[in-house]
Amino acid sequence: MDELKIQLAWNRLLAIVEEQAQVLMRTAFSTVVREAGDLSAGVFNTAGDMLAQAVTGTPGHVNSMADAVGKFLAVFPLEQMEPGDVFVTNDPWDGTGHLNDFTVVTPVYQDDRCVGLFASTSHIADVGGRGFGPDANDVYEEGIRIPISKLFAAGEPNVVLLDLLKANVRDPVVAEGDLYSLAACNDAGAVALLEMLEDLGLPNLEEVGDIILSRSKDAMLACIAELSDGEYAYTMHTDGYDEPVTLNAVLKVAGDGISVDFDGTSPASSKGINVPLAYTQAYATFGVRCVVGNDVPNNAGSLGVVNVTAPEGCLLNAKHPRAVSARHSIGQMLPDVVLGCLHQVIPDAVPAEGASCIWNPVFMNGVSREGENVNVDDFVINPIFNGGTGARPGKDGLSTTAFPSGVRTTSTEVNEATSPLVVWRKEYTPGSGGSGAYRGGLGQTIEISHRYGAEFIVSKMFDRIDHPARGRDGAETGAPGAVYVDNEAGEKRYLPGKGRDVVPPGYRLVMQTPGGGGNGESSGRSEVLNEVDKTAGLV
Amino acid sequence: MRLSIDIGGTFTDVVLEHDGALTTTKVLTTYDDPASGVMMGVDHVLAQTGAAARDIMLVLHGTTLATNALIERRGAMTGLLTTAGHRDVLEMAFENRFEQYDVNIDRPVPLVPRHLRLGVDERVAVDGTVLRAMSDDEVTGVVGGMVESGVTALAVGFLHSYANPDHERRVREIVETSFPDLNVSLSSDVCPEIREYERLSTTVANAYVKPLMATYLTSLQEQLNDRGIDCQVLLMTSGGGLTTLQTASEYPIRLVESGPAGGAMLAADIARRHGCEEVLSFDMGGTTAKICLIDDGQPLHSRAFEVDRSYRFKKGSGLPVRIPVIEMVEIGAGGGSLAHVDGMKRLHVGPESAGSEPGPACYGRGGEGAAVTDADVVLGKLIAESFAGGQMMLDVEASETAINAAVSGPLQLNLDESAHAIAEIVEENMASAARSHASEWGKLIADRVMIAFGGAAPLHAADLAERLKINEIIVPAGAGVGSALGFLLSPVSFEVVRSYYSKLEALDFGHLEDVFTDMRDEASRVMHQANVTEFTEERQAYMRYVGQGYEVAVTVPDDTDENALKEGFERAYTELYGRIIPNMEIEILSWTLALKGPVPDSLGSDEDVVTDISAGTQTYFHEGKRYEASIVPRDQVETGGHEGPALIVERQTTTVVPPGWTCRCLKDGSLKLTRGDVDG
Repeated sequence: MDELKIQLAWNRLLAIVEEQAQVLMRTAFSTVVREAGDLSAGVFNTAGDMLAQAVTGTPGHVNSMADAVGKFLAVFPLEQMEPGDVFVTNDPWDGTGHLNDFTVVTPVYQDDRCVGLFASTSHIADVGGRGFGPDANDVYEEGIRIPISKLFAAGEPNVVLLDLLKANVRDPVVAEGDLYSLAACNDAGAVALLEMLEDLGLPNLEEVGDIILSRSKDAMLACIAELSDGEYAYTMHTDGYDEPVTLNAVLKVAGDGISVDFDGTSPASSKGINVPLAYTQAYATFGVRCVVGNDVPNNAGSLGVVNVTAPEGCLLNAKHPRAVSARHSIGQMLPDVVLGCLHQVIPDAVPAEGASCIWNPVFMNGVSREGENVNVDDFVINPIFNGGTGARPGKDGLSTTAFPSGVRTTSTEVNEATSPLVVWRKEYTPGSGGSGAYRGGLGQTIEISHRYGAEFIVSKMFDRIDHPARGRDGAETGAPGAVYVDNEAGEKRYLPGKGRDVVPPGYRLVMQTPGGGGNGESSGRSEVLNEVDKTAGLV
Repeated sequence: MRLSIDIGGTFTDVVLEHDGALTTTKVLTTYDDPASGVMMGVDHVLAQTGAAARDIMLVLHGTTLATNALIERRGAMTGLLTTAGHRDVLEMAFENRFEQYDVNIDRPVPLVPRHLRLGVDERVAVDGTVLRAMSDDEVTGVVGGMVESGVTALAVGFLHSYANPDHERRVREIVETSFPDLNVSLSSDVCPEIREYERLSTTVANAYVKPLMATYLTSLQEQLNDRGIDCQVLLMTSGGGLTTLQTASEYPIRLVESGPAGGAMLAADIARRHGCEEVLSFDMGGTTAKICLIDDGQPLHSRAFEVDRSYRFKKGSGLPVRIPVIEMVEIGAGGGSLAHVDGMKRLHVGPESAGSEPGPACYGRGGEGAAVTDADVVLGKLIAESFAGGQMMLDVEASETAINAAVSGPLQLNLDESAHAIAEIVEENMASAARSHASEWGKLIADRVMIAFGGAAPLHAADLAERLKINEIIVPAGAGVGSALGFLLSPVSFEVVRSYYSKLEALDFGHLEDVFTDMRDEASRVMHQANVTEFTEERQAYMRYVGQGYEVAVTVPDDTDENALKEGFERAYTELYGRIIPNMEIEILSWTLALKGPVPDSLGSDEDVVTDISAGTQTYFHEGKRYEASIVPRDQVETGGHEGPALIVERQTTTVVPPGWTCRCLKDGSLKLTRGDVDG
């Protein structure tokens, strides 16, 4: 195949999936999708191999999405699909790990021939059940589950399916709107793909796809070949739902790729922090990919050389019908575990442990609507707060920055415009970064109360309260997180990191996100950096 | 007579419009004292035309100085006074990483360091209610401390000050009394919009460049006066309108990107002049390319811009500012952009650039990388002897060596194919950027007319047009000083924004009228200062479905009501996203009101298109084949037209007419390229 054509086609496919993701991001309703980029978009060949994926806010979809199209094709083989068909699922074990994520797949036809498929995933705010949170006892309590089905059949919407969905969620207009957004972004991708095939005179994606996959695979293998072969183990403990969990990994570097196995990890939880394997694979793979071959685009070729396994039934390969809603609170910890293994191979490229799990509380009105002299309205908001990242070799960690998640926060003013809450403080917590030659990123302190003194509810999925981020090479751990309520009378009560609590009338809620771990011994920190921190009041 | 001055990164362009004709000159930008470079250029055009300084009736000016000060962090020592408990808003930003797969990125460094970001105990709620009163004494104490630390510019940004600016205004009164030398910018003046990070970022950037710009603008006016030029000076803004010196000194942040805005205004004028309804303007220089969509003679507008995208021009790696801007997409693709092949044998071009020093390999100044210009040399698009009017002989061999090393070796291609691949990739990058920009704005690109200017654009215009399914290109005369020409074609205008949040069904139209009246008063003060008596008014609402994160700009008609706004929103939403969402509630976050004076008439012709280049032929590689292309000096292009392959040569650039295209000269001196047999 003409070298120039390969170059152009690859560039173009990468641009097409970015455009597909943009359309989704701009039209989505769910806060975490539009503000935080909790979505993904990709293009696949007719065998179901992912050829290109948009770089968006969430590694959680990295290869959970890459595998999803194959699962759709297993239920609806290509020869049974026809133009105008669109398929959907939110099954945690066929998609990206919890019911809120809907994956939509659209085959693309040139005349009557399928030339490829587009898939996209986004987070729909409410799927019924108990609502987004870790408190369910099984997946049935978490909301409606739609197996792989037709959303559109030959261009006609599946009205029965949509009616069922709308009857089972709290905000049916939004849910339907988000499904249409997913279908629309795949359509935008399809139009662009057909135009590209015509412009370049390509009959389909097969030949160029094979070249993209083999070159990506070779590039990853070349990066892996630079690492010393061997087995590297790392263990990390995190808070869990109500008891600590162990995350244990052995990472093996060999000529044919990297494998990660999570044998020795805690068994599945009785609550909604379980992780389906696809989501485990996504975050573990991201942990490898962010430091090994990080300029190689995500596709079936580059992802295929990283193989992630976990024993069946453990926390990281939880089976139906385990509860999985807050699977991110464990999944987002996995890059730290993988990086802990890789630190033994490439110590100069790996950051220390960080806060890692985003703090994304759901705030809503309490049962009582009684405020000071007023009756207060209903509300629900789901803001995102971050802790510090681990110190990098040669650089401090990033303060209050999402990692591994790529989400953005929402503005305090907008949160106050859409709820009766007042954020009295949202500021760095000095001293919260683990000290070292390079310091961990700082966490933040957030103080919130109800403007009219009424009670309100907080649903928490927080971690690193009992197990702070550890430093590397003799550095200190970052400050642990904390969450408590207090009032002007000086009464103060700590809350657990997971689950739902009522902030009583007249109390304020204080959250302190964790700091990142340091890197290298503190004695090795330069005087200049110490001075800078002191002047800024960060230590 | 009107005088137009554009200070760019490398050159300062000066254009004198006299008796319907234009005289232009380019001088090097003098960084230490930019006004002195300006005066050299002014003296030059006056001497060239023999015109008298006192006959200049208006000076129009755009400058990149504010942008440079922000990028190079050369502004004033600035303090930020904010609501206690929120001093880190500026540094926390969006708490995200703009590059997912690089663990070593650094977040943009805020313009104000933490020890100069200080809180005072005060709090206003979202509806403007004061939850905690502010103490004058505390303000005096905190500001006094900053002044002692050496702060000369103060930004004041309190939460929800767009809803109630009283506390911020009180701070200004206190400062005026107690610290009269301190230069103050209030967030409720500079950017009265909800979303604290963007508002504070804008306000701080304004404060940061204000002292420097005030000094410069004063110095410029003095030096103009010394020459006997004592007419009014108007400044070009990023929104494509002119504003007064006073306003520019107060809101210098609005001056960033005035150069590109000038270019877009030139393109808009050409679009109107030639009756082109849908236009894509394509400006390609040494480091970046800018693409702007212009419908019905009006460039797209928005209110979001990022200064100093320090990580490969990537979104999110810069400082956000909320100001009226002409919306365009800018990517790292220019004549100096360098090519390299990565581990997957993928050829990349840019955003790394050879810049002007050492420049592309063919400049013979020690550049070893393979730049787009080197590919243009190898492909035979540039004529080595007549580059820059013959002032610089291009080193063809150096280009060949550079391309062989960077591309031919790794990709196993021959020299022509390698150079062709570089050109194709850079054009594909620009085409991708244009496509995604258009889709972001719900626009189509195919069948637009392309207006190409900037040194490198006419070399790549036809190939880019083919990619975008565009069949007509206009290359205006004098495109080398396009921004300065654009200033002469821009109206005086001023846009004001206010956040007044409401759900559509609950909107209080009486209150809205008061808000607009207040905005109108503010904008008309600028019109009066500029002696503009006739102007039009444009109002827009920034609307979205409840819960969404992006607002859509909707024109607010006179005597508006709920239905009109709803219809306008649904129309705009459909244009952008293809469909509406029935039964979904609609909310409005912000409102803008812009007053706009008359748009000046089109300009006369440039006297300076005469070339001293001789006709001839040169071989030129195009899509796998070498052609014998005719070389035509620009002033010899015939109205009857030339068939491609042809190279139309002038001092500042070369217009490539590939096989299958025709080029002819229009009455206003523009070149028109047409694809195929189409006779436009």
